Amino acid sequence: MHFPVTEGIVRRRVTGEVKAVDGIDFTVARGETMGLVGESGCGKTTTGRCILRLEKPTEGEIIYDGENIAAMDAAEMKKFRQKIQVIFQDPYSSLNPRMKIGEIIAEPMYVHGIEPDKKKREARVRELLSECGLNPNFADRYPHEMSGGQRQRVGIARALAMNPEFIVCDEPVSALDVSIQAQVVNLLEDLREKFGLTYLFIAHDLSVVRHLCQRVAVMYLGRIVEMADSDSLFDSPLHPYTRALLAAVPVPDPAVEQGRDFRPVQGEVPSPMNPPSGCVFHPRCPMAVEKCKQQRPEPREIRPGHIVACDEVR
Amino acid sequence: MPALLEIDGLHTEFRTGAGLVRAVDGVSYSVAAGETVAVVGESGSGKSVTALSVMRLIPDPPGRVTAGTVMFDGRDLLKLTEPEMRRVRGSEIGMVFQEPMTSLNPVLTIGRQITETLEQHRGLDPRAATQRAVELLTQVGIAEPARRLKQYPHQLSGGMRQRVMIAIALACDPRLIIADEPTTALDVTIQAQILELMKGLSRDRGIALIVITHNLGVVARYADRVNVMYAGRIVESGPALEIYHDPRHPYTVALLRSVPRLDRPRQARLDPVEGQPPDLTRLDGGCAFRPRCRLADAACAMSRPPLEPVGKAGHSAACFKAAA
Repeated sequence: MHFPVTEGIVRRRVTGEVKAVDGIDFTVARGETMGLVGESGCGKTTTGRCILRLEKPTEGEIIYDGENIAAMDAAEMKKFRQKIQVIFQDPYSSLNPRMKIGEIIAEPMYVHGIEPDKKKREARVRELLSECGLNPNFADRYPHEMSGGQRQRVGIARALAMNPEFIVCDEPVSALDVSIQAQVVNLLEDLREKFGLTYLFIAHDLSVVRHLCQRVAVMYLGRIVEMADSDSLFDSPLHPYTRALLAAVPVPDPAVEQGRDFRPVQGEVPSPMNPPSGCVFHPRCPMAVEKCKQQRPEPREIRPGHIVACDEVR
Repeated sequence: MPALLEIDGLHTEFRTGAGLVRAVDGVSYSVAAGETVAVVGESGSGKSVTALSVMRLIPDPPGRVTAGTVMFDGRDLLKLTEPEMRRVRGSEIGMVFQEPMTSLNPVLTIGRQITETLEQHRGLDPRAATQRAVELLTQVGIAEPARRLKQYPHQLSGGMRQRVMIAIALACDPRLIIADEPTTALDVTIQAQILELMKGLSRDRGIALIVITHNLGVVARYADRVNVMYAGRIVESGPALEIYHDPRHPYTVALLRSVPRLDRPRQARLDPVEGQPPDLTRLDGGCAFRPRCRLADAACAMSRPPLEPVGKAGHSAACFKAAA
């Protein structure tokens, strides 16, 4: 997914492009939770938006259940949009402040004609609210009357209203208080089991991703640098960026922290408008050699199911 | 070690449409030179309002500091005149806020924002101030400082802006820095860099640090002592090791248990703190954590438990069940 960079107010002209997502390949199996992690600007949210077809990729295909979503006509698209839903990061800005909770959850059912009967729709709203751990009477409240954690539960109930198969969760817990995060993580797990859902879980909090996901892809500057099942990625990370990321996360135990040799990775994420040549991580990489500056490393399967885009990793 | 800053019995209230909110309800803690004290708690627990009260930055109305003393180096900050307080803010206590984009002035260059402090509080002439600004940017790890001085905040990355904030806080050699969620808006690798920088400054120059955060990992790595806040009060206080290894307040226990940890095997299920954060307009006379507490009984509804010593020296908790 490449975005044009424009300049000028009266006459807009394209002066460059941002390679927000630059040639990534991955699959998500039915019933699986796939994690997508990386720092801001790595392209993880854009990837999610492409899957939701909120963006149209400049190149490449996204196949959902055997169908290319870019080639769908309007009728197919409408059906597709019922199967795939999204939960956003910020429960404050993703709910319309002028609508009651009940209306917010009922609206997609009405628009898609899933439940044309008003009475039945209301009953379904109450059912969804209690499914998400909220009092069914909250249907008559407005978003501002609720806490952040409760609002996020409303966002989840709204996504479930469509009986989806696949949910893109874009940082669903990072705006919540620590004491509430675990509640929402548990709710997402329960719903996955109960309704056989598949999640794409986009997040920057590695400990939450490890807890929730079966497989994880690590992104950096629009590319996937490492992808593996959760256990092997967290127990034996191979890519130097994954290692740096894991080392940077402080563990909530002072005794463990005192014993850790701690050297944060230097530098910052370069601008995606002007990414480094060769391997995009080479300016910050402790293992970089001359070759890394020229040649872009291709993803290799080093162990079964463990893919790394780094030529220095054996 | 003698305390550099000593907060005693601080009360801050806000009059809101929904009623009177006691955002800070009798908070006492102290910080010594070279020490890092963490204040942990969820949003609305009063951790930031405490810091703003110390700096006398509470907007009045609707807010008001109603009781307490804040002794800094022998003076009560709450009794100073506004011009005296301005001198304290500029040259003795530095502040670093969460969102560097909103706390830097977007229409002034980075250089002007640093030299302003130096000219105002240190009486340096513009040339000397610029030279000092270059030194400060170098100290906080900004490459090409002379070029950066001419840039505006929007031309810098989030991590770079936070470094500038720290440089401004350092400009007049403060003895105390209050950092309110200094790394929450930053990516994890940048967070690590900023925290290392602040810790280094504290260690090398003996600057006292108050770090306000909700990140338990950050606290574990950097804090000497920890204050846990809930509903406007400190519910547990003590050396970091004690708080993490022998937590006594049920809220601290639940909070530590609820976070997934990368250094431990994956759990089948997380163990959350149940219930919702308290509504400060609807507190009764009992323990504020009671509705979410697994140990609560009739006694907890009768009165709010006071902060009392438990376990090893310096460790205290505000819970009737904490003594055991």
